[in-house]
Amino acid sequence: MTSASQTVASKPQIQQPAKSGSLSASKLLSRFLVYTTLIVLGITWIFPLYWMVTSSLKDDPQIYTVPPVLIPNPAYWNNFYDAWTRFDFNRAAFNSVFLYSVPATIFTLVSSMIVAYGFARIPWRGRDTLFWVCIATMMLPWQVTMVPLFIIFKNLGWINTYWPFVVPSLFGNAYFIFLLRQFFLSIPEELSDAARIDGASEFGILWRIIVPLSKPAMAVVMLFTFLGAWNNYLGPLIYINSQEMQPLALAIYRMRTLALSMGTTAMAYPHLMAVSTLVALPIILIFIFAQRTFIEGISTTGLKG
Amino acid sequence: MAVATAPRRGMTKTEKRNQVMGLLFISPWLIGFFLFALFPLVASLYYSMTNYDFIREPQFIGLANYVRLFTIDPDFWTVMYNTIYYVGFGVPLGIAVAFMIANLLNSEIKGRTLFRSLIYIPSIVPAVCTAMVWLFILNVQYGAINGILKTIGWPTIPFLSSPELAKPSLIMIYIWAQGTAVVIFLAALQDVPRSLYDAALVDGANAWNRFWNVTVPMCTPVILFNFIMGIIWAFQDFTLPFVLTGGGPMKSTEFYVVNLYRNAFVQFSIGKASAMAWILFLIILLFSVILFRTSARWVYYGGEK
Repeated sequence: MTSASQTVASKPQIQQPAKSGSLSASKLLSRFLVYTTLIVLGITWIFPLYWMVTSSLKDDPQIYTVPPVLIPNPAYWNNFYDAWTRFDFNRAAFNSVFLYSVPATIFTLVSSMIVAYGFARIPWRGRDTLFWVCIATMMLPWQVTMVPLFIIFKNLGWINTYWPFVVPSLFGNAYFIFLLRQFFLSIPEELSDAARIDGASEFGILWRIIVPLSKPAMAVVMLFTFLGAWNNYLGPLIYINSQEMQPLALAIYRMRTLALSMGTTAMAYPHLMAVSTLVALPIILIFIFAQRTFIEGISTTGLKG
Repeated sequence: MAVATAPRRGMTKTEKRNQVMGLLFISPWLIGFFLFALFPLVASLYYSMTNYDFIREPQFIGLANYVRLFTIDPDFWTVMYNTIYYVGFGVPLGIAVAFMIANLLNSEIKGRTLFRSLIYIPSIVPAVCTAMVWLFILNVQYGAINGILKTIGWPTIPFLSSPELAKPSLIMIYIWAQGTAVVIFLAALQDVPRSLYDAALVDGANAWNRFWNVTVPMCTPVILFNFIMGIIWAFQDFTLPFVLTGGGPMKSTEFYVVNLYRNAFVQFSIGKASAMAWILFLIILLFSVILFRTSARWVYYGGEK
């Protein structure tokens, strides 16, 4: 396959504008098939989310009608408000934003940048060995460390506090250290040398030269840390046992148990869907506005949301 | 880890300074590595050889936990079977579907960004939210899919309430959430040199031949990557089965990490849970090594000889 490849690369007759009628017809057919498949797949893939949003706007009879109601009419917009206040999601939303997601995002970014700088921009003995150790920690499954970490945090008196979510983010994250290091390596060394001659410290170089040039990589780090913290379910499940400190993910689960135990009337499904929509909405909005950052982040590192 | 802590004689002043600064910059990660990775790893191995319930002092019992799991434990092999079933069908199917979708997206179409977004968004929405939606959609009585089946007069399908269908249903949802793999594949497809296709065209290869002899071989490194990541993630999938089915019906979706969580934080069998964690760690490692070892036979690296 490689043998034949390079030499015949760009012969003119290959750029073929649709010549004969039959050719364009078969091309047209394959085009048609591709579009049809993609439209069917696209609709199938987005249908659950469409159903989540539209079911939020229904009342109980519309939920249980056969055939299923595709477009709720009338639409009950106040479901969002009712569902949100019925189980007091304000507190959970506050927790999710200000206690779980934002601090973890900021601390992970800052600590990972500092560590990545040490791995990328300062030459020192043992650096590559330690960097490999850092990469290797990515392979460590969380189940192995889960129990001992719980015991450590329990002995520190950190159960039912936010510390288990904040403190580890001060020590960097191997994935992001790796991503930032790769990015930092691509910045010309001359810029640092020039700053050193002007008497800048290493922190000064990081702050004044590396940071302004690394905004795309920093955006990826912030995006995926935020996503991970927002979607985190197991962590709070293990460490948090009071209702006031629950993040949204746990609050939805609590609501599910309560709402479904009340029976299938009493707006259980519309309200569950309404709350799920509101919790998913920030993530979907962030995706729409930062689509390129998402796609680049995944394409370069294989990060998972 | 032969890192020189004190700079040796013979280093220049700059080298000494770099050694100190380098270690200083990476120290957050290094401290975190000892506290949150290495120490818990060793502790977990120790706990796996003890009888421990968080309250009384751990009692050393050697390999008894492992022996019990493999021989007399009533759930272990069920849980293992469920998990291997989920990973064994889910990961290859997920890769096949994701690769197919990526190929469709890579053809000359308008609206690629839109289609890609429709496919990708489900994989970043919080797992708790998607679990709620699927719980609703797959419901026997009120779910959308069974609503459609009832409309056309077909029998309903008990997706999540039958032990035979619960695992395939979860696999279906797993495949639905493979948007990340699609994006990674698409990036890889866009890197396949056009010249290879042109050359194949000159040699008279039809679309099918071009797919099997150019596209697939050129993408094998990324297929390997997605395979390994897929196995690691699928083995550790927690939130979806936990929230959606809670392991039921009749333990048909009691997956490895769900069971491990229950052993640790519901039964407080810390020794058993730790032993399970180590077995899982070794299984994941084994699969990764097998994939890597056999990869020489099926992965094509363009640059290598």
